[in-house]
Amino acid sequence: MAECIRTQEVPEVLFWVGCAGSFDDRAKKVTKAFAKLLIDAKVSFAVLGQEESCSGDPAKRSGNEFLFQMQALSNIEVLNGYEVKNIVTTCPHCFNTLKNEYPSLGGNYKVLHHTEFLKQLIEEGRLTLNGGIFKGKRITYHDPCYLGRANEIYEAPRALIKKLDAELVEMRRCKKDALCCGAGGAQMFKEAEKGNKEINIERSEEVIETQTQLVAAACPFCNTMLSDGMTQKGSSVSVKDIAQLIAEAKDL
Amino acid sequence: MGIDNIIFLLAVSLGIGLFVRNSKRLSRAILQGKSIGKVDRKKERFLHMLRLAFGQQKMHKNLLVGVMHFVVYLGFILINIELVEILIDGIFGTHRVLSFLGVSYAIAISTFEVFAVSVIGAVVIFWFRRNVLIIARFRSAEMKGWPKLDANLILVIEVVLMLLFLTMNAADYALQLREEPQYPSSGHFLVSSLFAPLFDSWTTSSIVLVERSAWWAHILGILAFLNYLYYSKHLHILLAFPNTFYAQLTPKGQFASNEVVTKEVRAMLSMQEPNTAQEIERFGAKDVTDLSWLQLMNAYSCTECGRCTEACPANQTGKLLSPRKIMMDTRDRAEILTKSNLSTSIQEATLLDHHISREELWACTSCNACVEVCPIEINPLSIIMKMREYIVLEEAAAPADLNAMMANIENNGAPWAFNAQDRMNWVND
Ligand code: SF4
Ligand code: SF4
Repeated sequence: MAECIRTQEVPEVLFWVGCAGSFDDRAKKVTKAFAKLLIDAKVSFAVLGQEESCSGDPAKRSGNEFLFQMQALSNIEVLNGYEVKNIVTTCPHCFNTLKNEYPSLGGNYKVLHHTEFLKQLIEEGRLTLNGGIFKGKRITYHDPCYLGRANEIYEAPRALIKKLDAELVEMRRCKKDALCCGAGGAQMFKEAEKGNKEINIERSEEVIETQTQLVAAACPFCNTMLSDGMTQKGSSVSVKDIAQLIAEAKDL
Repeated sequence: MGIDNIIFLLAVSLGIGLFVRNSKRLSRAILQGKSIGKVDRKKERFLHMLRLAFGQQKMHKNLLVGVMHFVVYLGFILINIELVEILIDGIFGTHRVLSFLGVSYAIAISTFEVFAVSVIGAVVIFWFRRNVLIIARFRSAEMKGWPKLDANLILVIEVVLMLLFLTMNAADYALQLREEPQYPSSGHFLVSSLFAPLFDSWTTSSIVLVERSAWWAHILGILAFLNYLYYSKHLHILLAFPNTFYAQLTPKGQFASNEVVTKEVRAMLSMQEPNTAQEIERFGAKDVTDLSWLQLMNAYSCTECGRCTEACPANQTGKLLSPRKIMMDTRDRAEILTKSNLSTSIQEATLLDHHISREELWACTSCNACVEVCPIEINPLSIIMKMREYIVLEEAAAPADLNAMMANIENNGAPWAFNAQDRMNWVND
């Protein structure tokens, strides 16, 4: 973003990469895939780079409202400083926080999840997609809690899977009834409480039930949880973000 | 005015008087909670309430259960229209005062009777589901003892009230056939007329006794039931309305923000003058008095149906957390605090630790499944978050892993121990 200011260019959108997207190996691949798609669609975008900091979601869900607001207010200062208007992010947690919880703290932006943005690009004809390697393949989709129930975005990711000419196979529990992957509410960063099963295993079993070989994710945490679940179940089902699927279909 | 009219008046006044007293107790209990500030979007809220509380939109997910529940509800309301007549008759010593309406009267009574039979049918199925079928949500740990008894009592009371209504009509119809002067013909009663022949061999005075007893038991039963509500999960028949009216209309992912914290953080970031005058309240919730009145009303509205617990990923995987228990505990604690002369030990037995354990709170994934599924829009998650806030901000007692995560955010702006300098490494990976 600082670069843009120097060149006096106003990018169309700010790509909020998020901590997982910056540091987590699996999520970094999603970040790259999405960036490639943006470039392919000739979207001028910027990132905050080192000026980006955690959105505060895991702090807030842990109950640390203080730390959350510290993060939020300093991020808002940076974003407002660059007069950012449009934000797109590959993380539903960042998406939810920026979209819903920043406004009351003075951060008002049009925030889109990458699945919504990609769908928009395709509709506008800026991103083209013709089947490709997923044509006719059976793919299931896992709704992230913070995209689905929390923000009622169920259709955009599904529309993208259909654009791959793939057959979308729904899990037993989907959309409003979808089962959590187990990572939300800061569970990602702690051991689960005592129980008789891990939540990600329960969800992975539902994926396996669909007898598909591929589950599309739309959240870096779900991605990790399901990938781990598949490994533990010894399953060959692969877990990929929708952005990765589209990038692969386009051979980017 | 005869002696029975006086007794009737006394009974009704007592019933209503007690109900008023209970209502006052209820509002005192709920208003132990904090203010929720100004309520916006009133019109939208009203429509939302109509859809969810009156239309029971979310109950129709399981169509059969939804329809049966609706029948019981509608049946109950319709049959209570009959109360108007009972009240007039009881006070003025008339008999079936509205029967002058002729055919419309017979149609109305017949409709009520059809509903009464449907209610009995539905309630029997509900009883069967609850007690015979193995439906996990009716068998959780928190459903032992009073909650289970309460649920079954409600079903029994409903059947008894409906049976009394039908008995009263059947006896009345039999007496009408005998052309008893006290019982003028009121038209054909669709259901009870079928049972009237059962009285054929009875003496007139015994039928009158049955009719009178059923009439009295019916009205006294209704008055008693009205006062039972306060002690029961059945309170939802009233509270579902305000509960859905005040429900959150913004996206479920938007959690409440704490303005006191905002002021402090702004001061710390020196975006504003520090305000020294502000008396620091307790952050988060340790007890029910730290919650909002809406959260307490949620607790009193909870029907203990367990849909939330059934949908909860933590509960499904054997964790201690049950969102229904969060609501039941909140109600129990709020109720305890309404009593006067509490011993210190009871006063100190706060919601946190004495009712709800930390293990329960830390098992939540904030997935919103419980909120989504609740037929009357109760939000157990908001209570869980408030209590976490207390544990973290007042006691700094988060699980060690989370403390490490938060320290990372503070030090390097990410929940993991990575250097902010490396944020762009993905470009070259
Ligand atoms: S939000 Fe928490 S309590 Fe509610 S269903 Fe999800 S894990 Fe369970
Ligand atoms: S909170 Fe709602 S879903 Fe849960 S038991 Fe109570 S009424 Fe049922």
